[in-house]
Amino acid sequence: MTFFFETLLCGLLAGTLYSLVAIGFVLIYKASGVFNFAQGSMLLFAALTFVSLHEQGVPFALALLLTVVVMIVGALLIERLVLRPLVNRSQITLFMATLGLSFIVEGLAQGLMGSQVRALDLGIDDVPLFVGPLMLSQFDLIAAAAAVVLVTVLALLFNKTRIGVSLRAVADDTTAALSIGINLNRIWQIVWAVAGTVGLVAGLLWGARQGVQFSLSLVVLKALPVLIIGGFTSIGGAIVGGLIVGAAENLAEVYIGPLLGGGITPWFAYALALAFLYIRPAGLFGERAIERV
Amino acid sequence: MSLPASESAHAALLTVNDIEVIYDGAILAVAGVSLSVPKGAIVALLGANGAGKSTTLKAISGLVRAERAEVSRGVIEYAGHDLAGVDPSQRVRQGMVHVLEGRHVFGQLTVEDNLRSGGFVRRLSRRAMEADLERIYAWFPRLKTKRHTRAGLTSGGEQQMVAIGRALMTRPTLVLLDEPSMGLAPMIVQEIFEIVAQLNREQQVSFLIAEQNINVALNYASHGYVLDTGRVVLSGSAAELLARGDLHDIYLGKQ
Repeated sequence: MTFFFETLLCGLLAGTLYSLVAIGFVLIYKASGVFNFAQGSMLLFAALTFVSLHEQGVPFALALLLTVVVMIVGALLIERLVLRPLVNRSQITLFMATLGLSFIVEGLAQGLMGSQVRALDLGIDDVPLFVGPLMLSQFDLIAAAAAVVLVTVLALLFNKTRIGVSLRAVADDTTAALSIGINLNRIWQIVWAVAGTVGLVAGLLWGARQGVQFSLSLVVLKALPVLIIGGFTSIGGAIVGGLIVGAAENLAEVYIGPLLGGGITPWFAYALALAFLYIRPAGLFGERAIERV
Repeated sequence: MSLPASESAHAALLTVNDIEVIYDGAILAVAGVSLSVPKGAIVALLGANGAGKSTTLKAISGLVRAERAEVSRGVIEYAGHDLAGVDPSQRVRQGMVHVLEGRHVFGQLTVEDNLRSGGFVRRLSRRAMEADLERIYAWFPRLKTKRHTRAGLTSGGEQQMVAIGRALMTRPTLVLLDEPSMGLAPMIVQEIFEIVAQLNREQQVSFLIAEQNINVALNYASHGYVLDTGRVVLSGSAAELLARGDLHDIYLGKQ
């Protein structure tokens, strides 16, 4: 039984990282109705920027701050150069734009900062830690704690503040939001900046795990099943979806994997997402349109 | 159009001069509409479905741009200033607000958050926001009992009240009201127009109301314009228009 709980908890902790990545998508999807394919390359760009600065001898906190500034400037540029000119175009147009954007951001990141694998040391030792009878990774625990803090801040931001209510208003009915003077461009700028910052945190945590390299941008693909399970429009859904995917993946690898010859982690989440599409296409927490009859 | 410029500038809050609106660069929705809304007046914009009423209002509020349309000719002046190139959110800040056809409440937000969102443009303090909410609840007591209900779950009449209340939170001097009677029971329509009239009397809010329901609209308006296929075909004081027997014929296109 201890082993089961260890597997479960380990999966849940890994799941918080999936949640972090997924939240970036949810924010942008809510504000502009587009699946931002570039989220993964934003994450890579953020992590690479941080590592490069840190390698140049910039202290940790300052490097973090500078990277946040870079991500905010990037968000402003994307809003001005990509989103604003394409406003009111079809979803597929916007999707193609973010697809193109992802290659540009990735190319820029590698061109400016090199494509070799960079080690990222956040100063957290990955030593086993005993919680009661359970053995857990200290790094995972701290990563999860960081995710929880970030998510709490975001939840407060989007539920309690003017910006949050504006964002939900835009997500609900963009024309109506414009009609009462909500500045759509401002909302996009804020949301892309926040998504970039979330990407930075996710990028650092993932990067510390597997090194900062090109494959970091592929976590986009991992976020998809999370979003399908949790729902594209809900931050809460992204969190729960991430936890479900993390836990299910880990449990499946240990308990089902041996029956299928192992190595099922890469695809198990997608099979799970497919099952969810059959029974709950809007995801667990996705907003279904309110219809009065 | 050769109104004496000085006179119209003094009397009119809004002047629309011979505008043309084109959708997608090709479809002509409004072709030569001129109208004016005097300060403190209620003006009706009448016409059948598709006559161009909504497009005219969207041209005035600037929301046409959000639908890939543009004002390709003519001038819209508000409080003496040309609105060309002024984005919708600035127009709201200048005191003009548009209540869209079909209400368009934020269905997932509570009634109170819907109202609150209307106050954002003025960057109110928490205190001022609460005071203003109470002001709206005084106009629409029914909304107070539903303040924590998601707006999408309220009745059609209540949604219309939310939409109007939300617009009033911007503290407008001119409200562009599109089809407030649509899909509502006659009693509710009456109730809503009564509130409009009261706001007009007591707060000097001006209204430009697009309506298919001629009788109700002209009952409350001082002036009316009748649109047909994107043009003003008739205009005059409400009494004049009501006195004519042929308004319905114009609606049906058989002048």
